[in-house]
Amino acid sequence: MNKKAVNEMKLSFPSYSENERFSRIAVSGFLTQLDPQIDELSEIKTAVSEGVTNCIVHAYRDTVGEISLQVRIFDKGRVYIKIRDKGCGIDDVEKAMEPLFTTAPEEERAGLGFAVMESFMDKIKVRSQKGKGTTVVMEKTLKTRKALR
Amino acid sequence: MDVKIFPESEERKLTAVIYGDIDHHTAKFIRGEIDAAIREHNPCILVLDFRFVTFMDSSGIGLVMGRYKIIHELGGEVLTANPPPYIRRVMQLAGLHRLSRIISCPTPEEIPRGGSDIESSDTIAAEKQLTQENK
Ligand SMILES: Nc1ncnc2c1ncn2[C@@H]1O[C@H](COP(=O)(O)OP(=O)(O)OP(=O)(O)O)[C@@H](O)[C@H]1O
Ligand SMILES: [Mg+2]
Repeated sequence: MNKKAVNEMKLSFPSYSENERFSRIAVSGFLTQLDPQIDELSEIKTAVSEGVTNCIVHAYRDTVGEISLQVRIFDKGRVYIKIRDKGCGIDDVEKAMEPLFTTAPEEERAGLGFAVMESFMDKIKVRSQKGKGTTVVMEKTLKTRKALR
Repeated sequence: MDVKIFPESEERKLTAVIYGDIDHHTAKFIRGEIDAAIREHNPCILVLDFRFVTFMDSSGIGLVMGRYKIIHELGGEVLTANPPPYIRRVMQLAGLHRLSRIISCPTPEEIPRGGSDIESSDTIAAEKQLTQENK
């Protein structure tokens, strides 16, 4: 399982909401080398947008902090995405991942971010520590038409 | 990103055509524009037209749910019009059709001058399909 990535990129940026768009477009730009299908790319962009927005809205609620985003491409079109913050952390990850659960209903949050990530990606893993931050790792294997290298 | 508002006062119908990406960053602006128009026109039917939406995440679901609350309290109805296929998938995942019927209809700008109300057979076919999906 510990295979070497065929290609990878890392980004880090402050938790400004302007960077929501930037981050999903950066990921989609990086993945064009796999010649993905439009709907696969839309799904990944949406999942990235959910993860990054959660850092901005929840992790760094009243502050600005660093968000790091890592994308790795493995062979056979397997894509690995890691989104990490050093924000407030999540009390109960299992509960947070339940559809419609939100701690910010008054801000018109639907509580569907994790549900979207789960349904649009093949795998998702969330690690969080109260006061230390949260890491979301997602994977998806693209029905790529182009074998990379 | 932009919102264009088309009020039809005789029917107390208000259409908001949304352009571009809907995410947490843009939702604030879009919400502001729509809510200002709701206050001004006090509609019974609010149509949110997604034809020109290029991206949407769960912030868009929150946007529709929020307008639903406002309009529902006024005794009205919110319709979700013309979402592109991928955006329709996000909506279905959220079960949004339980709050707001998803319809297919001409976008206000597209109605030719002198406006005819005759629907193209395309529109009718798409509407039929949506009626199925809404069940
Ligand atoms: N990075 C994070 N740091 C701290 N808390 C988080 C983080 N991500 C998610 N959460 C918590 O998990 C809850 C559920 O997240 P989820 O993305 O599913 O819904 P939401 O962000 O509340 O609403 P939506 O994504 O639909 O706008 C959030 O309300 C928040 O309490
Ligand atoms: Mg969220």
